[in-house]
Amino acid sequence: MTPDTRQIVFDNVSKFYGEVLGVNKVNFSLEPGITSLVGPNGSGKTTLMNLLTGLIKPSHGAIYVLGLTPQQPIHFFRQVGYCTQFDSFPPGTNGYDFIYWPLRLHGFGHDQAIKLTNEALERAGMAQVARRRVAGYSKGMRQRIRLAQAIAHHPSVLVLDEPLNGLDPMARSESIALFEAIAKQGMHVIISSHILEEVDRISDRVVLMSSGYVVAEGQIKEVRREVRDHPMQILVRCSNAAKLASAAFELDHVVEAKILNDGQSVLVRTRDAGQFYLLLNKIVSGGLVEVDAVAPADDDVNSIYQYLIGSDGGPA
Amino acid sequence: MSIQESVVRAQTTLKEQPWRLFASQISVLVRNEVRRNLFTRRRIWVYLLALIPVIIILIHYFWDKNISPSQIEEDTFVLAGIVQLYYLRLGIFFACMGIFTWLFRGEMVERTLHYQFLVPVRKEVLVVGKFLAGAVISIVLFEAAVLVCFFLTYSRLGLAGKSYVFDGPGLSQLGGYVLVTALACLGFGAVFLALSLLFKNPIIPGAMLMGWEAVAPIFPSWAQRLSVTFYLKHLCPVKLPVDGPMAIFTIVAEPVAPFIAVFGLLCLTVAILVLSCFLIHRLEVTYTAE
Repeated sequence: MTPDTRQIVFDNVSKFYGEVLGVNKVNFSLEPGITSLVGPNGSGKTTLMNLLTGLIKPSHGAIYVLGLTPQQPIHFFRQVGYCTQFDSFPPGTNGYDFIYWPLRLHGFGHDQAIKLTNEALERAGMAQVARRRVAGYSKGMRQRIRLAQAIAHHPSVLVLDEPLNGLDPMARSESIALFEAIAKQGMHVIISSHILEEVDRISDRVVLMSSGYVVAEGQIKEVRREVRDHPMQILVRCSNAAKLASAAFELDHVVEAKILNDGQSVLVRTRDAGQFYLLLNKIVSGGLVEVDAVAPADDDVNSIYQYLIGSDGGPA
Repeated sequence: MSIQESVVRAQTTLKEQPWRLFASQISVLVRNEVRRNLFTRRRIWVYLLALIPVIIILIHYFWDKNISPSQIEEDTFVLAGIVQLYYLRLGIFFACMGIFTWLFRGEMVERTLHYQFLVPVRKEVLVVGKFLAGAVISIVLFEAAVLVCFFLTYSRLGLAGKSYVFDGPGLSQLGGYVLVTALACLGFGAVFLALSLLFKNPIIPGAMLMGWEAVAPIFPSWAQRLSVTFYLKHLCPVKLPVDGPMAIFTIVAEPVAPFIAVFGLLCLTVAILVLSCFLIHRLEVTYTAE
């Protein structure tokens, strides 16, 4: 495969830790913009990010970032900044040194490194506390100083592992604004999160992961459409579950009507929830069935996510 | 590809390398590492290893006021024993074990190795930078300790001591001690750096290395050349008597010229560093955030 100098390419990438699967057969390419990796803990998001940045090596396949690989560190790490999830710092370091010394390793002279350090601290809102030891920082401050280090050298690809963890609402909104501003400059921003809702608004595309597999990937609209076409589940608790189930089955858009073990509840899967609610109104007003409770079983973001990753955690 | 083409290709590759950047990165790595590791509470045990003989000589300096004419010869042997038996075999050995194995393993334990791997630095440059930092730390500590030992040993002898140092063999012996101390730090340092990249827990291989250094003199000459002590013992300026426990150190299978001993140890150090440069490529960040 000829590496594209604008894209990030995962070419049939697998990673095994001995016999344990990290990620398996990952194939996708990313254009500039904000990409979110979403999946539960242990789904392989961090493994994918560590592979992308060369902290670990793939067991199979190849990864290209703007046509470069981590085996060319001098060029590669001038283009890539990675804010990891590791909440550890060199002992005794302060916020300023934490950013300044890596910049010196980039080859920047003293004056240029100072300028870039101050700029990164300003952007991350850490300028006031930069001379304090990192060991005395709050979790949110530690998160932001790592972010400052990752952006200090003006990378073209910014990789952020759970960057909103531990941030208060104000810092969270500032960070999101920063990510959006960086993406608008034509850069790649790759964000991982285990909460789809958190990154849904700002993402140009999402990669949904589960148990080491990519289960859905694409523009956020495509994923949303896929979700919209998926039957919705509605739970109805009533006096006569059998009658309600048979009435529901007469409707074209109802895919399934299942009487639950308590004998008084029906779980209906329908492609048109509005029509089903109309039917329910008719049944209730006709006195055929008394309804105790109606609740959508899966209309939140997590249920969309559950659908996409499958109930068994395997690929959908 | 012919040999000539290979040579031309290698020359071109070498010319294309950003040597100035490598030098600047090594300088930053050394400064940063020394700043973090030389003056720190974590290194107190290394200071103690270096200072134990200094403390003993200091006590001797103040308590023993009887200075006889044969004292210089006796003290010269005592100093030789301290350098050869304590510093070279124990002090520097264990200090290098602590300092050099910690350079990478310590970063794994403290979960900070990823910071070293996420900068535009070749891993070979990282190995060289870290090695030099370890060398600076160990050489500064142990050279200082040896110098203080030498000063205390001869300064208590008054004019006789002064005459021995400046008009006799004293200064050349000091030069020999300075040289073997530095070479010991480089040689043991390179070995422990490589061991830390080979083994998760370098304590057991470290103990095996100590055993090897002790028994190497009974092996054939070519095998002895794989021991750091083999080169050092030929450079020690004062030969210790071969009886008693000192015999362990003074078994010499084949005399070696000082130049060859220095060159041989430097070659061994470079060879082990080259091995480390290969080994570092196997190292992955496998620790987790939890």
